[in-house]
Amino acid sequence: MTSEALGTRSAALSADDGTGTPGTPGPGGPAGGLVPQNRKKRPPVVSQLLLTLALLLFLAPLAWMVLSSLKSAGEIFTTPPKLFGESLLFSNYSDALDFLPFGRFMLNTAFVAVTGTVITLVTSALSAYAFARLRFRGRDSLFLVYLGTLMVPQEVVVVPMFLIMNQLGWINTFQALILPWAFTAFGTFLLRQFFLTIPKELEESARIDGAGHWRILTQIIVPIAAPAFAVLAVFTFITYWNSFLWPLIVTNDVTTTTVPLGLNLFLGQNGQAWNLLMAAATISMAPTALLVLLLQRYLVKGIALSGLGGR
Amino acid sequence: MALTGAVRVTDAVETPAPARGSKKGDGRAASAFLLPGAIGFVAFTAFPIVASLVMSFFDWPVLGDPTFIGFGNFVELFTTDPVFTTALLNTAVFVLLYVPVNIVVSMGLAVWISPRIVGRRYYRVLFFVPAVTPMVGNAVVFGLLYTPRGLIDSVFQTLFGVSAPNFLGSSTWALPAVVLMSVWQGFGYNLLVFSAALDAVPPSLTEAAAIDGAGPVRQFFSVVLPLMSPSLFFATVLTLISSFQVFVQPYILTGGGPGNSTTTLVMYLYQSGFQNFRLGFASAIAWVLFVIIMGLTAIQFLGQKKWVHYDQ
Repeated sequence: MTSEALGTRSAALSADDGTGTPGTPGPGGPAGGLVPQNRKKRPPVVSQLLLTLALLLFLAPLAWMVLSSLKSAGEIFTTPPKLFGESLLFSNYSDALDFLPFGRFMLNTAFVAVTGTVITLVTSALSAYAFARLRFRGRDSLFLVYLGTLMVPQEVVVVPMFLIMNQLGWINTFQALILPWAFTAFGTFLLRQFFLTIPKELEESARIDGAGHWRILTQIIVPIAAPAFAVLAVFTFITYWNSFLWPLIVTNDVTTTTVPLGLNLFLGQNGQAWNLLMAAATISMAPTALLVLLLQRYLVKGIALSGLGGR
Repeated sequence: MALTGAVRVTDAVETPAPARGSKKGDGRAASAFLLPGAIGFVAFTAFPIVASLVMSFFDWPVLGDPTFIGFGNFVELFTTDPVFTTALLNTAVFVLLYVPVNIVVSMGLAVWISPRIVGRRYYRVLFFVPAVTPMVGNAVVFGLLYTPRGLIDSVFQTLFGVSAPNFLGSSTWALPAVVLMSVWQGFGYNLLVFSAALDAVPPSLTEAAAIDGAGPVRQFFSVVLPLMSPSLFFATVLTLISSFQVFVQPYILTGGGPGNSTTTLVMYLYQSGFQNFRLGFASAIAWVLFVIIMGLTAIQFLGQKKWVHYDQ
């Protein structure tokens, strides 16, 4: 029941809400028959056509990447440009994988991203619950400290963090890639804001039944806040997956190399082999691109929900 | 390791289950809930921030002892270091080009993808794809477009019979080329933010304005834009912050060149700290960056009263 109520709230923010409205003449009432109203009903064929052209132009770089990844080295640069080479060289992909172990890189990155996301979700949920629901001395000032660090760019902490990793002997380890970014204030902030919108009455009866905070959090709050958790999970995962500056600093060994770092390595060692480079780029970009296409509904809602943006 | 620790600590909470009515508050439960996150927060966020500030006042090599030099690093940055001045300028130009173009493009497309467009959800998500694919990949792809005899050059030769400029090899073109790639990559986020805000504008308001004789342009600027001003404000602040941190695009596309024409603040930070191993100096650059970001964000927050309308 409660999760349904929440569902409708986020549906009001969702993208396809507008499509439902044309049938309802509603608010126009007596004045509804005016000229601008009628003009609006015409399907915007030209507009849609131009928009599609703009989208195709926008996607052209990605299409060119895939097309180039299937050409032979000699067919990369032609005037006029050609979409296809003599034949489709799918072997470029296995050649790229032979040159550098992208399968291993992908496994590394998946491990780092999944572990990091799980830690972030768990610690953020616990902290957010404390900030949103518990009363303790210094709560608001402590939260302000958390908030204050949100504005600090990653670059500020990168230098001392490198020294810490060096001191711990964590260079070229997975924990060096995971832990430094699993405790940022952002997750706590996002979840706390969401927890605050959940009516306290929902917990009252559970509390009367003797439920402790742990049960209230796991059995009442977490299920209701599932959309917020999903958003946080997806964006944390993507941030880990795409991270470049930090892995560049703490990793120089194949055993812990991540996908973006691997692509950079490929560029440095074999950058002139454009067809193989494009195959490697396609391999690197496919996972997160597919993730977004699969989860598009959630993401659009989530961005509306959290105001995540600006990157 | 930290994870199992987190679970164990919270298991302990279940037993005491402090009564809600007690006057003392939930101090014990709170410390148990906060502990796992707080340990990491102190170790990996709070402590490094303070350490970074301290380091910026030292000459701090990777090997050997650090020496306290007061404002020495900052003095060097602003008086004797020509690369820093260039990097600062390049970053400023990047921000000044990137932020407005990003906002205008994403806002324009958000409006364009109106409810009358069929399949608008798919348009939005497709424009969003490069925002979540690794930046290194995006940059590598644009490398193939920009390079001499690459796609853009080859289209130029075919259509006009002349070569395109050597975008990445020319100090005039390199920075704009980096900006263009960055806008292509990044505006999808703001497109989704603005789309959500647009969808939340009640149609009755624009209809009322239309009845009063307002054209589409007037409707947008007088009704729709004020209503979505909180989103616009938020997106502008975040876009500005992230644009000051630009690093991967020039790192992959140009390596900061030609000359230093695309060296940005963060790239110079990286070079100073992790190629020349001047850790104190790099920390000083980081703090200059931080202060700039803080200052501009503060100015935006002060200025928002004039144009941002909060409903409730």
